[in-house]
Amino acid sequence: MSPLSSPHLHAPLDTPRLMRLVVAATLPGLVGLLWNFGWGPLINVLLASVFALGWEATALWIRRRPVSFTLADSSALVTGVLLGLALPPLAPWWLVAVGTFFAIVVAKQLYGGLGYNPFNPAMVGYVVLLISFPVEMTTWFTPRELLPEGVALPGLGESLSRVFLPGAQVSPADAFTGATPLDLFKHQTGLLVEQIYAAYPLFARAELAGYGWEWVNLGFLIGGAFLLAQRVYTWHAPVGMLLGIALPAALFYDGGSSESGGSPLFHLFSGATMLGAFFIVTDPVTAAASRRGRLFQGLLAGVLVYLIRTFGNYPDAVAFAVLLTNFAAPLLDHYTLPRTYGHRRARRGTEKIDG
Amino acid sequence: MKIHELPGGVHPPEEKARSLGDPIGRLPLPERLVLPLAQHLGAPARPTVAKGERVLGGQRIAEAQGAISAHLHAPTSGRVVGVEERPIPHPSGLPAPCLVLEVDGRDEWRDPEPLADPWGASPERLLSQVRAAGIVGLGGAGFPTAVKLAPRRPIHTLILNGTECEPYITCDDALMRERAAQVIAGGRLMARILGGPKILVGIEDNKPAAFEAMAQAAAPYGIEVVEFPTKYPSGGERQLIQILTGLEVPSGGLPADLGIVVQNVGTAHAVYRAVVEGLPLTHRIVTVTGGACRINRNYELPVGMAVAEVLAHNQFAPEACTRLVMGGPMMGFALPDPTVPVVKTTNCLLALSAAEAPAQPPPERPCIRCGLCAEACPASLLPQQLFWYGLAKDWDRLRAHNLFDCIECGACAYVCPSQLPLVQVYRAAKGEIRELERERRKAERARRRFEAHKARLAREEAARAARRATRRQAADAGEGGDAPSVAQLIAAARSEARGADPAAERARRQRAVAAAEERLRLAAERLAAAEREGLGDSQRAALEARRAEAEAKLAAARRALAELEAEAAGARAMDKIAASPRERLQGALRRLEDKLAALEGRIAAAAPEERPELESARTKLREKIAEVRSELAGLGPEGDRRPEDPAALDAAARAIARARERAAARAALSPVERARADVASLAERVERARQKLERARAEGAEQAAALTEALERLEEKLARARAELAALEGDETRP
Repeated sequence: MSPLSSPHLHAPLDTPRLMRLVVAATLPGLVGLLWNFGWGPLINVLLASVFALGWEATALWIRRRPVSFTLADSSALVTGVLLGLALPPLAPWWLVAVGTFFAIVVAKQLYGGLGYNPFNPAMVGYVVLLISFPVEMTTWFTPRELLPEGVALPGLGESLSRVFLPGAQVSPADAFTGATPLDLFKHQTGLLVEQIYAAYPLFARAELAGYGWEWVNLGFLIGGAFLLAQRVYTWHAPVGMLLGIALPAALFYDGGSSESGGSPLFHLFSGATMLGAFFIVTDPVTAAASRRGRLFQGLLAGVLVYLIRTFGNYPDAVAFAVLLTNFAAPLLDHYTLPRTYGHRRARRGTEKIDG
Repeated sequence: MKIHELPGGVHPPEEKARSLGDPIGRLPLPERLVLPLAQHLGAPARPTVAKGERVLGGQRIAEAQGAISAHLHAPTSGRVVGVEERPIPHPSGLPAPCLVLEVDGRDEWRDPEPLADPWGASPERLLSQVRAAGIVGLGGAGFPTAVKLAPRRPIHTLILNGTECEPYITCDDALMRERAAQVIAGGRLMARILGGPKILVGIEDNKPAAFEAMAQAAAPYGIEVVEFPTKYPSGGERQLIQILTGLEVPSGGLPADLGIVVQNVGTAHAVYRAVVEGLPLTHRIVTVTGGACRINRNYELPVGMAVAEVLAHNQFAPEACTRLVMGGPMMGFALPDPTVPVVKTTNCLLALSAAEAPAQPPPERPCIRCGLCAEACPASLLPQQLFWYGLAKDWDRLRAHNLFDCIECGACAYVCPSQLPLVQVYRAAKGEIRELERERRKAERARRRFEAHKARLAREEAARAARRATRRQAADAGEGGDAPSVAQLIAAARSEARGADPAAERARRQRAVAAAEERLRLAAERLAAAEREGLGDSQRAALEARRAEAEAKLAAARRALAELEAEAAGARAMDKIAASPRERLQGALRRLEDKLAALEGRIAAAAPEERPELESARTKLREKIAEVRSELAGLGPEGDRRPEDPAALDAAARAIARARERAAARAALSPVERARADVASLAERVERARQKLERARAEGAEQAAALTEALERLEEKLARARAELAALEGDETRP
C-alpha cells in the first residue's frame, strides 16, 4: 500500500497514550485502597505490572514479534495494573506470577496478542486464581480505621516479607484480616437489613455502603469520570453496567427484609463495582463494537453481577460477569449495527445483500 | 432556521488564518500551460484545435464528448504545441492526454459572449450558456455543472455550499469575502435554471467575514445565509443537506431525489461569469499554503499552470516539505510529481512540513476496537468492523455494514490511535467489490446467452420432429385418401416450429430486439473506449462498421416486432367490426361477467362502510348481464349474419389500418419512449376520469363511488408507469 494516503493529518492521541491514560485514571482508586489496606495493593500493582511486562516480552520474543515496539503500547501494563488492583492485599508473589501468566500468555498472546483476544486478560487471570487458590484470593483486610485497639496494618518491611517469603511467616495474618462488606452481607441470614447495618461497624460507620470500600469505589468512579471526559470511551458500557446492577437491586430490595438482596447503593459502592464498570467492562478489545452493543453488554454484565452476588456462591462476580458477556459480544454485534446515513433502518451484521 | 447536528465529525486544527492575510492575488503568466482533457468526472473532452494552431484566450480548444463531459477553453492566447500524454494530478499518478499551450504573453482574448438579458433569458438558454462555458463543480469532485443543473426531478431547494470544512483551504472564504455579490448572482441564475427553488447558503462559523459579506449580498433577495458550528466534514454534500434540512439522501441516491441540489460557491461564481460576463471557466481560485511555503495566500490561477511554478512564487522550500498535497489535508491526495498542472478542481496546494505531517506515516498498531472511529464517522458506520472485514475480504459482511455509504472523509483514520490506514482499506475493498460485480454481470450475460442457444437448438429439433411427423402423416394419409398439398404441410410445420402461440412469438421477437439493443450498446461502448485510447484509423473503421451493422440489425428486429404487433392489432380490429351481432353480444357478455367477478372480489375485501355502494353497483351490473342475455336469446337467424354493407366494411378497413399504424409506431419505440408514451396516455386518462367523476358528483349520480375507485386505480397505474419510466431513464443515463 502506498504510505501517503489521505488523511494527511492525525489527531495526537495514539494507543500508548490511550493505555497510559487508563493507568493514570486508576490512581484515585489505588489511593483509596492504599489508605484503607496499607502497602499491599501498591506492591500488588507494581509486582503484577513487572510480571505482566515480563511475560509479554517473553511471549513476543518466542513469537518473534518486535518486543520493545509492542511493549511500548502499554497494554500489558494496563492488564498488570488492573489485575494487581483486583488481588487481595499482600498476595504471595507466586500468586501474582501465575495470575499474570494466564492473563498475558494464555488469554492474550496465545490468541495473537493485543486486539485479538476474545476475553478480558486481567479477568481471565483473576478467575483462574479465584478457582485455583480460593483461600489466598479471599483474604481481605479490615479497613485501617476499623482495626481493634493496638493492631496496625503491616508496615512496608513486613508487607514485603509477607509477599516475597510467604512460607517464612511466624505470625498469622488473622489479626488484621476481615470480611468484606459483600461477604458480611451475604452470610447474614435471618436479619433485617437495618439490623445488619446496626450490628457491624463496617456498615454502621459507612456513608454509602461498606466502610473503606465505598471510598475505593468512589476513587474508581472519579477515575472513570476522568476517562469519560477524555473521551477514551463513551458512557454506554459503564452506565449500562451500573444500571444492570442497580435496577435488580432496587427490584429485590424487598423493603430491607431478611430476604433482601441489599440496596442499590450498597451494590454500587461495594466490591469491584466501579472498577468493573469503568476499567473492565470498558475494555474495547473484548467488547461489542457499537454504542448500543456496549450499552447492552454493560447491562448484561451488571445483571449477571447482581445475580451471582445475590444467588451464587461467590460474594463478588465482576470477573465472571465480564467473561460471560465477552462471549456475547459477537452476537450483540450482529444485532446492534447503527443506522447508517441514508438508510431507513439498521441492518443485521450478517445480512445478505443481493446485486 | 433550525440547524441539525452532524453525527460524528472531528475538529482538526483549522490553519486557515495563515492564507487569509492578503487578498486574492495573481501570478505572472507562465510560458507554458498543460491542459488535461479530463478535468471533470465523465468522458474526456476531444480536442478541437490542431497542433501548431494559434488560439485566443477564452477560445474552446476541446469539446465535451457524451452526456457527462465538459468543454475546455484556453486560459490565455498562445500556440498549441502538442496533444500528448503528460502526468496529471490524479492519485494514480498515471499520465493522460493533455493539450500543451505555448503562451505568447500577449493575453489576447476572444470577444466575450455574455447573455444580453441574463435575468430575462429562458432557463434553457442559461443552461446552454453554462454548458458552453465548460463549468464543473469547483468544490472538488468536478461533476459537469450543466448536467447537475438539469435533474430529472423537480427541485425545491438549491444549497450554495460555502462550508469549506477542510483545514488550511480558504479559497471559498476569500471568494465570498471579496465577490459575495457575484456568488449570490450566480446562485440566483442557477435557481432560475432549476425552476426557481428556494436558495440556502451554508457557511461554517469560522468564517465570520465571509458570512457577513454573503448575508449582506443575499439580503435583498430573501436568500437565507446560514451559519453553523465548525466541524469536519460538514461540507460534504450529504452532510450539509443533513445539517441544513435534517433530511438524509437515500443510500445509493442523489440529492435530487430529495428535491435538493447542492452547488459550491465557486461554481456559482463561475456561472455568474459565464452568463453575465460571457467568460468560460479558465481560471480558478487556489489556496497555496502549508508550512513548507513561506508565503501563504490565495491566487486566481489559470488552469494548466504547473504546480511547481506556482510554488516557486511562494518561497517554497522543497527540503522542508514532507508531503505535497492537492486538495485539503483530510481528503486531498499526495502529488508524486510537482510538474503536474493546476486543474479545474484544484482548490488547494498544500506543502506540509515535518511538523504538520511526517514524511512516512508512523507504524501501525493492531486495532483495539476502541471505537473512536465510530464516534467520528459522520455516516454512522462502524469503521473498525469495516476495517476488519476489509482485511479479511469478507465482501458480504462489508456490504451488510454499508461499506458503500462511506464518503471517505478520513475522520476515522484521523482519530485512529493505532494509525491504521482505514480509508485506504475501504477504497481497495470498494474497488474489488465493483470489479467482482462486473465479473458477475458478465458471467450472467454469458449464462443467458448459453441458455438461449440451448433453447434454440431444442426448437430446431422440435421443428425437425414436427416435419418428420407431418411427412409420416402425409404418407399415411396418402395411402388412405386425399393427401394435403406440400404447401399446406410446410405452412403447418413452420407454424409449429415457431410455436403456434402468438404470445410466444411476440416474446421471441421482443427478446430479439432487446438482444440487438444490447449488442448495439456494446459496440458503441467499444468504439468509445477505442477512441479514448486513440486506436488507429483502420481499427476504428472496423469498429464503426460493426456499430453500423448492429444498428441495422436492431432496426430489422424492431421492424419484425412492429409487423407482428400490427398484424395482431389488425386481427383484433377486424374481429370487432366484422363480427355478427351474436358474436358482439357474446363478447360484451364475457366482459361484463369478468367485471362482475372482479367486483365480487372487491366486495369481499372492502371495509363495511364501502360495501353498500359496491353492492348497489353489483346489482346494476347483474341487471345489465340479464339484459344482454335476454337480447342474446332473442336473436333470430339474422343475428349470425355479418355486416356486408360496404360502408361498414370500409370503416372497418380504415380502423384496421389505424390500429396497425398505432401498433407499429409503438413497437418501433425504445423502451424509454414507450414508457413515456404510456405515462402520457395514462395521465390523459386520469384527467378524463377526473372530469367524469366531477360531472357525476355535480349531478349527484350514483356511480360516483365506482368512478372514484376507477380513478384511484388509474392513478395507481400512472404512478407505477412513472416509477418504471424513472427506472428506465436511470438505466439510460447511468454510465
